[in-house]
Amino acid sequence: MATLLEVKDLKTEFRTQDGVVHAVNGVSFTVDEGETLGLVGESGCGKSVSVLSVMRLIPHPPGKITNGQVLFQGRDLLQVDDEEIRSVRGNKIAMVFQDPMTSLNPVLTIGTQIGEALELHLGMTKEQARKRSVELLKMVGIPEAEGRLDDYPHQFSGGMRQRVMIAMALSCSPQLLIADEPTTALDVTIQAQIVDIVKRLKTELGMAIIWITHDLGVIAGLADRINVMYAGFVIETAPVKEIFGNPLHPYTLGLLTSIPRLDAAMKSKLTPIEGLPPDLIEMPKGCPFYNRCTFRTDQCANENPALELGAVRHSVACWNWQDVLKKRAAYLSGRA
Amino acid sequence: MATSSDGALVQVVGLKKYFPITQGIVFQRKIADVKAVDGLDFSIQRGETLGLVGESGCGKSTTGRTVLQLYSPTAGQVVFQGKDLTKLHGEDLRKMRRNMQMIFQDPYASLNPRMTVGDIIGEPLEVHNIAKGKEKKERVQELLSIVGLNPYFVNRYPHEFSGGQRQRIGVARALAVNPAFIVCDEPISALDVSIQAQIINLLEELQEKFHLTYLFIAHDLSVVRHISDRIAVMYLGKIVELTDRNALYANPLHPYTKALLSAVPIPDPIIEEKRERIILVGDVPSPVNPPSGCRFHTRCPLAIDICKRVDPEFRDVGNNHWVACHVV
Repeated sequence: MATLLEVKDLKTEFRTQDGVVHAVNGVSFTVDEGETLGLVGESGCGKSVSVLSVMRLIPHPPGKITNGQVLFQGRDLLQVDDEEIRSVRGNKIAMVFQDPMTSLNPVLTIGTQIGEALELHLGMTKEQARKRSVELLKMVGIPEAEGRLDDYPHQFSGGMRQRVMIAMALSCSPQLLIADEPTTALDVTIQAQIVDIVKRLKTELGMAIIWITHDLGVIAGLADRINVMYAGFVIETAPVKEIFGNPLHPYTLGLLTSIPRLDAAMKSKLTPIEGLPPDLIEMPKGCPFYNRCTFRTDQCANENPALELGAVRHSVACWNWQDVLKKRAAYLSGRA
Repeated sequence: MATSSDGALVQVVGLKKYFPITQGIVFQRKIADVKAVDGLDFSIQRGETLGLVGESGCGKSTTGRTVLQLYSPTAGQVVFQGKDLTKLHGEDLRKMRRNMQMIFQDPYASLNPRMTVGDIIGEPLEVHNIAKGKEKKERVQELLSIVGLNPYFVNRYPHEFSGGQRQRIGVARALAVNPAFIVCDEPISALDVSIQAQIINLLEELQEKFHLTYLFIAHDLSVVRHISDRIAVMYLGKIVELTDRNALYANPLHPYTKALLSAVPIPDPIIEEKRERIILVGDVPSPVNPPSGCRFHTRCPLAIDICKRVDPEFRDVGNNHWVACHVV
C-alpha cells in the first residue's frame, strides 16, 4: 500500500500563563491508503493535538507547531498557503469530532450544513447538493432522509447527530477520515451502531481512517495498526494484534491490565498504573513514564528512549522492553 | 415482592419518581410527567454490591437519589435498616443520613472549590455531632490516609488535586460518618483509564475493611461486572433483568441485556473479529411518553404481538434470576 500521510517529528506547544505546555513532542507516524490507524492514550497525551496539527487547526496564539513535516500525497501541509490548506480540509481530509451536540451549527438546517462543503469543494449547485445530501444521509442510515434534510440539529438524538457528522465528513469522498473520539459521548448500543457504519463505509469507500480513542475495546475491533501515546510521545506502535497480544511498553501493558474485561476470569484483581502523568510544562529529562513505571532503571531517569521507526512493524520506546517481555506473563495472568 | 427480604439492608418496593412538566408562567399547569423511575422492586443484602446498569436517561441515577431520599419518591417504599425512609421527615430523616452516603460522578463539580479538603471531609462530622476541634482534625487525617492521600493535605483546596485524587476526597467524605450503605453514582466514569482501576480497587478494599454495602451505578458493563455481586439492568425507568453477575453474563435472558452485552467491545482484536453483534435499531424512546406494553418492544428483535399491549411481569424464572419479558 502506498503511503498517504507521513508525519515527521511533529512538535506542537501552547504558550500559557504558567509556561509553555509541550503537548506534542516529536511525533512521527505514517498512514497507508485504506488503512485504519488507532491513536490511543489518556486525556492530555497529545492525540487530539497531533491530528489538529495535521489539519492546521491549532489556534494560534496560544498554540504553535514548532517543528516537523506533514506530508500528504507528497505535499507538506505545514508549508502550503491558507488557500491550499482550505482546499484539503473537509475535501481530501475530513474530520469527525467527539461531541455531536456542539459540533453542528444549531441555527442552520442539516441540509444546509452538509450542502455547504459540496457547493464549496465540488462546485455543485444547490439542487445537486441537496440530492447528494439525501444520498449521504441514507448511507449513514438515517431513516426518511428527504424529510429530515430541513430539520435542525436539536431535532436529532446524539447518535443521529453523529451520523450527520459522518455524512458531512464523507460528503467529498475524503481519502483520509480523522475521527476524534467519535463515540465517547454516546451510549454503548449507539456506539455499536456507529462503529458498524464506519466499518461498512470504510470497505465501501476505501478511505484511510485515523481513529482517536481512549477506549481499547473500541479500537481492538476497528484498527489495523495502533499508536499508543503518552505525554506527547508515541511510545509504542504495532499492528493491532501485536499491541494486544504482545505489548512491549510498560504503559501499554499497564493499560491492558488496568481495565476490567467483560470476558475476564472471575474475581481477578485489577492492576492500576499508580501515580499521575507528568506535567507537560516541566517535562522530565528522561522517560516520561519513569515515575509510574515498575520496570524503571537508572538509565530511564536520564535518557528518554526514542521510538525506532523503520522496517520493523513493531516498535517501542523503552530501554527495558526485553525485561517487560520476560516478566509480562505474570502481569497478564490476572485475566482470562 | 421482587426479591427475598431476609438480611436485606435496603428493600425497595414499587418505587416511582415522576418529574412534572409544567406550562404557563403565572398559573403553572402540569401537562405531563417524565417517568424517570417507574415501579422498581429490589433489595440489597448487607455487605453486597448491587450494580445498576443502563444507558443514559434510563433512570439509574434518579433511582440512586430517590433511594437516599435526595428526591422524594412519587410512590413506593424504601425500607432501610427496618425503617421506611419515605415516611421519615426533617430531623428523623437527617439522623438516618448518617448511615447512608453518596459518592458522586463528577469529582470536579461535587467538591466546593472554596473549602479546604479538611473542611469538606470534616463537615459531615460536625453536622452529625460526631467530632469537633482536634478530634475532628485527627479523624480527617485518618480518613485521608485510608483513601490513600497524604494526611498533610488537609489545608489544600480541591483545585490542587487531580481527578483521581478528588474522587478519593469524595470517598473520604462519604466514609467520614461510618455509613453502612453507599450509593456510588458513576464514580469512575469521569476518570482516565489508568486512574479508574485505582478507584475501583480502593472501593473494593474499603468494602472489605468497613463491611460496606454498595449500590453501584454505572453505564460501563465491564466495570459493573467486575465490582458487583448482583446486577440490575434498567431500561426506560424499569428493571428488565436482575440476577447475580455470573448468571447475567453467562446466561442473559432479556433481549435488551443480550444486546447491551454484545455491544460492549472487548479489548482483544482476535475475539472482536469473531464476535456477533446484536445491533439495536433506533434510539431510546422518550420517558415522557413511553411505549405501550413492554417498553422495549420498539427496538426488540424478538417482539411479538402481546409485547405491544401487555407490560410483562417482573418474575423469578428460577435461581433468583428475575426478568421482565414475555418471550423468555
